[in-house]
Amino acid sequence: MELTGAEIVCESLLKEGVDVIFGLPGGAVLPFYGALAKYPQLRHILVRHEQGAAMAADGYARVTGKVGVCAATSGPGATNLVTGLASAQMDSVPIVAITGQVPRAAIGRDAFQETDISGITLPITKHNYLVMDVADIAPAIKEAFHIARTGRPGVVLVDIPKDVLLGDKAEFVWPDEVSLAGYNPPGEGDPDDVARAARLINESKRPIIFAGHGVLISQAYDELRELAEKAQIPVVPTLLGISSFPSDHYLNLGMSGMHGMAYSSLAIDEADLLISLGMRFDDRITGRIKDFAPNAKVVHVDVDPSEVSKNVKANAPVVGDLKRVLGQLLPLVEPNVHMDWLRHVDSLRAEHPSLHIRETEALLPQFVLNQLSEATKGDSIIVTGVGQHQMWAAQYCRFQEPNTLITSGGLGSMGFEVPAALGAKVGRPDKTVWSIAGDGGFQMTLCDLSTAVENNIDVKFAIFNNGVLGMVRQWQDLFYEKEFFATVYSGNPDFVKLAEAYGIPGLRVTQKDEVGNAIQQAMEIPGPVVIDFVVDDDENVYPMIPAGESVNEMMEQPVTEG
Amino acid sequence: MSLKGEHHTIVALVEDKPGVLARIASLFRRRGFNIASLAVGNSEQPGLSRMTFVVSGDEDTVVQVTKQLDKLIDVIRVADLSDQETVARELSLIKVKTTTATRAEIIQMAHLFRANVVDVGAQSMVIEVTGEQDKINALHDLLAPFGIIEMQRTGLVAMVRGQENARVSDTVGIDIRGNGVGVRLPG
Repeated sequence: MELTGAEIVCESLLKEGVDVIFGLPGGAVLPFYGALAKYPQLRHILVRHEQGAAMAADGYARVTGKVGVCAATSGPGATNLVTGLASAQMDSVPIVAITGQVPRAAIGRDAFQETDISGITLPITKHNYLVMDVADIAPAIKEAFHIARTGRPGVVLVDIPKDVLLGDKAEFVWPDEVSLAGYNPPGEGDPDDVARAARLINESKRPIIFAGHGVLISQAYDELRELAEKAQIPVVPTLLGISSFPSDHYLNLGMSGMHGMAYSSLAIDEADLLISLGMRFDDRITGRIKDFAPNAKVVHVDVDPSEVSKNVKANAPVVGDLKRVLGQLLPLVEPNVHMDWLRHVDSLRAEHPSLHIRETEALLPQFVLNQLSEATKGDSIIVTGVGQHQMWAAQYCRFQEPNTLITSGGLGSMGFEVPAALGAKVGRPDKTVWSIAGDGGFQMTLCDLSTAVENNIDVKFAIFNNGVLGMVRQWQDLFYEKEFFATVYSGNPDFVKLAEAYGIPGLRVTQKDEVGNAIQQAMEIPGPVVIDFVVDDDENVYPMIPAGESVNEMMEQPVTEG
Repeated sequence: MSLKGEHHTIVALVEDKPGVLARIASLFRRRGFNIASLAVGNSEQPGLSRMTFVVSGDEDTVVQVTKQLDKLIDVIRVADLSDQETVARELSLIKVKTTTATRAEIIQMAHLFRANVVDVGAQSMVIEVTGEQDKINALHDLLAPFGIIEMQRTGLVAMVRGQENARVSDTVGIDIRGNGVGVRLPG
């Protein structure tokens, strides 16, 4: 039977095992929505802004390991996806975005709601398609999912003109396999490369494992743990790698870098070997490259060859899928105890406690996050926005299971916390999902509270309401002569009333002794809840290594305490 | 045109699809890579084009260029020919001012470079020259005093010498595993 292009899209999505699509319709994509109505197996979650669709697909993809799917119409619908897609691409999250395009004859004529979305997304996607023939739809979607989920995952956008969705019909032929001459994601590591890496590991006296997002993507957490325990090597997770290794593990040093643990950054400074697993030496980790880990050789395992020696030169690069490479590497790594090194690291930990909640009557965000972490016992999924609350969440929340910290790491996109949390809850309905929000980011995407209500997506929203753009203010405080320009949010709404306007229970917490109760209450109320934590606005995140500097310039504590 | 600093000749076998040039241009722009010259045309294989880039930059930059190019789905093979025995050629058309007094001298000069005079006007002449970039630069410099009205260059195309049965991008690939641009045989 011949199908329309729109029906072929739906059939293709079913073949790929898609069960949910986050989207918002419009003129050019309407034929797809028309078909979607006839496919109840494809659950559609209607967002309030397309950025939310992309970010929800991101949250969904990260907690499930599946490809997230979002849909939007041409023009503004497609451009609204852009921030969410850029964030997912930076964080190597697999997403397929389907966009409607103006009819073929109108392309290039500046038609109503026409925009060259495949051109716009060139630098922020792994690949994209403009499908100009109905017969090309199924192969394009098959390739899109293959490219999105394999190798280093990423975003693939499929743009389909309205008349291709609705015009000519074609037989639905699902290709048996994908054959792309220019795309062969690496599998195992080269045995010589693995052997060289093992040699460096066995020779090293002061090794550190850098555990990045690749550990989660490749599902290599068991292998990571085995490697760390076999040779007794301390583990430093990157921001996106935090939940790849249990927070309470004695070898876990915690995040390093700009707002990482001081002892973790100091240990890296003294290390003689960095075993970097699925991470990319972001500038937030390295600071000034020439002063970064000056004593260390580098083993770098990554599935993306272009990451090897991009920022930090690798002495022993291994290109391959991390889980398979670690499987090859483990038998070659000799058991070790690294007694002196671990003792030294422990002394660094004792001398540089790094986390310190100041004694005060004021409600501090660190205090709240500490309480939240205790209440959730590392069992919830924590989705954050970007800024101070994100760093405090990374510092104070404990994680036991993989994929339980979801954050916009690379792009650093405020507003991620609301839609990504919705996507995470849709993907893992069995988990409690906390959206850790700043009052700034929350107001960027709070429109999707209606999406939560409409679909009864049970996310607990914790707003860290300090009435300022906290991290920007912190930089003004430290580096711009305390000129607090354009960072004060004096017109914030009453978030409790706002929640209530959406039909969501709202709680306000202003005192320390109310925190525990409010968290418990939120977890007991079925459905979404908003807690407005009114926190101190004059609190900075420490430790801090200023941008472009090194561990030698680290500020462990505020210079003066107020 | 002169190439300053280190330059590398990179050959890529790419899908002949709409948007491929845009993808590559976008990549170069976004990563801040400089293209000194670019030539594109059909390859011997239907549906595939071959591109020759001359890229300026230090070794690390060029390694990143090749790796990033290789990452593009539509790019099938990338090879850095800089350390290879290659034949490299570029074609240039140079329109130069002439007078009755200078015409003969210019023609003689063109012949010395095995260049062809392809058009003769009352006050100008178009010279077609093929060769490596240094040769074209040299002819350009010699013609400059007469007054060059216009010059067009195709960009360099390059091919590895010998290896009769092998295509360049079958035998020379970038060593994507390592730090450097190396050479390895397929498989």
